[in-house]
Amino acid sequence: MTQCHFFIDGKDIPFHPGQTIMDAAMTAGIYIPHLCHNPDYEPTGSCRLCLVKLNGRYVSACTRPAQAGGKVENQSEEINQQRKTLLQMLFVEGNHQCPGCEKSGRCQLQAVAYYVGMLSPYFTHFYPNRQLDASHPEMMLDFNRCILCGLCVRASHDGDKKDIFAISGRGIKSHLVINSPSGKLGDSHFNAHDLAASVCPVGVFLPKHKGYEVPIGQRLYDRQPISQVGDVAGQNKPAGRS
Amino acid sequence: MSDKLRVATASLAGCFGCHMSLLDIDERLLELIMLVEFERSPINDIKQIEPVDVAIIEGGVANTDNVEVLREFRRQSNILVAIGACAINGGIPAMRNHFSVKECLEESYINGIGVLNPMIPNDPEIPLLLNKVHPIHEVVKVEYVLPGCPPSGDAIWTFLTELLEGRPIHFPYNEIHYD
Ligand code: SF4
Ligand code: SF4
Repeated sequence: MTQCHFFIDGKDIPFHPGQTIMDAAMTAGIYIPHLCHNPDYEPTGSCRLCLVKLNGRYVSACTRPAQAGGKVENQSEEINQQRKTLLQMLFVEGNHQCPGCEKSGRCQLQAVAYYVGMLSPYFTHFYPNRQLDASHPEMMLDFNRCILCGLCVRASHDGDKKDIFAISGRGIKSHLVINSPSGKLGDSHFNAHDLAASVCPVGVFLPKHKGYEVPIGQRLYDRQPISQVGDVAGQNKPAGRS
Repeated sequence: MSDKLRVATASLAGCFGCHMSLLDIDERLLELIMLVEFERSPINDIKQIEPVDVAIIEGGVANTDNVEVLREFRRQSNILVAIGACAINGGIPAMRNHFSVKECLEESYINGIGVLNPMIPNDPEIPLLLNKVHPIHEVVKVEYVLPGCPPSGDAIWTFLTELLEGRPIHFPYNEIHYD
């Protein structure tokens, strides 16, 4: 296969035609912050965290094909500031009380926020009122933390072939829905070993009966930044599945 | 009057965990008191707020007393610091924001498990609850934030020493956490 090159922050990056900027960066071990991207599924470019500048224009790295000779800016004060603002909006749109969240310490939203140096959510909080779904015997869903990244939707559709999750509504009313007669997870064909259960970057999917098995302080992002230890989904993959 | 930096602290709708963490800087407290003079603070039990250089606020704003104390601290301070999850985003107390004040009071004082003599307290001395718990930046201007639940003693130490030296504040990775 032909190999071409482009540049990320001045560094020479090889790629194969058809690879996105994100694919090539991941292969080269360069971290571009992201939330809705998981290399196992089609990129959607919805969270916008992976915005970079390609030849001076903003693009999302997960959807834009790499282009030979292209100059990509990934780490700059300006881009970092944009990413921080995006994260702050995600934080105030939901209810992110990390001290009371079982996912804390291995949550990608939190980890990316640490990475960009976000100290506070800054904006006025929405404090939306979203009901939990504890109807399934093995998994609880806390929608208060959903960032609508669509990963569970993609994993359920493309991976599990079950189509259990979908995003419904528009704009600020968008929300995750479950495909079952009652709209509850317990009534669906969901299984706790589904791929959809392992991809959520935040604390929506909470396996029952094993909360805090790994203590706070010893979790994935407690000691090392996400740029070094990678995505939480990579750690969650059900055994025996690639 | 000494030329030490004057510092005041308060706990609003918080659990005093951030103040405990301040004490967790251990023997460095001795170094700290060489550099700063503590004005009103639960640490020394001074009740009167005088003009200070730095006010450190733990906890969010949950009742009318919190609003009053916070505004007074703001008036009297040059730099106001939000310390801990509750001051920054309301924290655990803000989990009541899903419910009305009526529902919260009824759950606590009437329908809650183990309640004796069910009755909602209404002594005029008790500050009235606000409809929602707010982070302090929604009420006053805040110059610095220090996240954590609570921030570690080390994070507080880094913050205070770098602030006192007038440097931009940089934290090592493991000192910034939201939990
Ligand atoms: S999902 Fe992540 S950011 Fe949200 S409360 Fe949980 S740990 Fe915090
Ligand atoms: S539940 Fe998780 S994976 Fe699904 S859309 Fe929300 S944040 Fe994404």
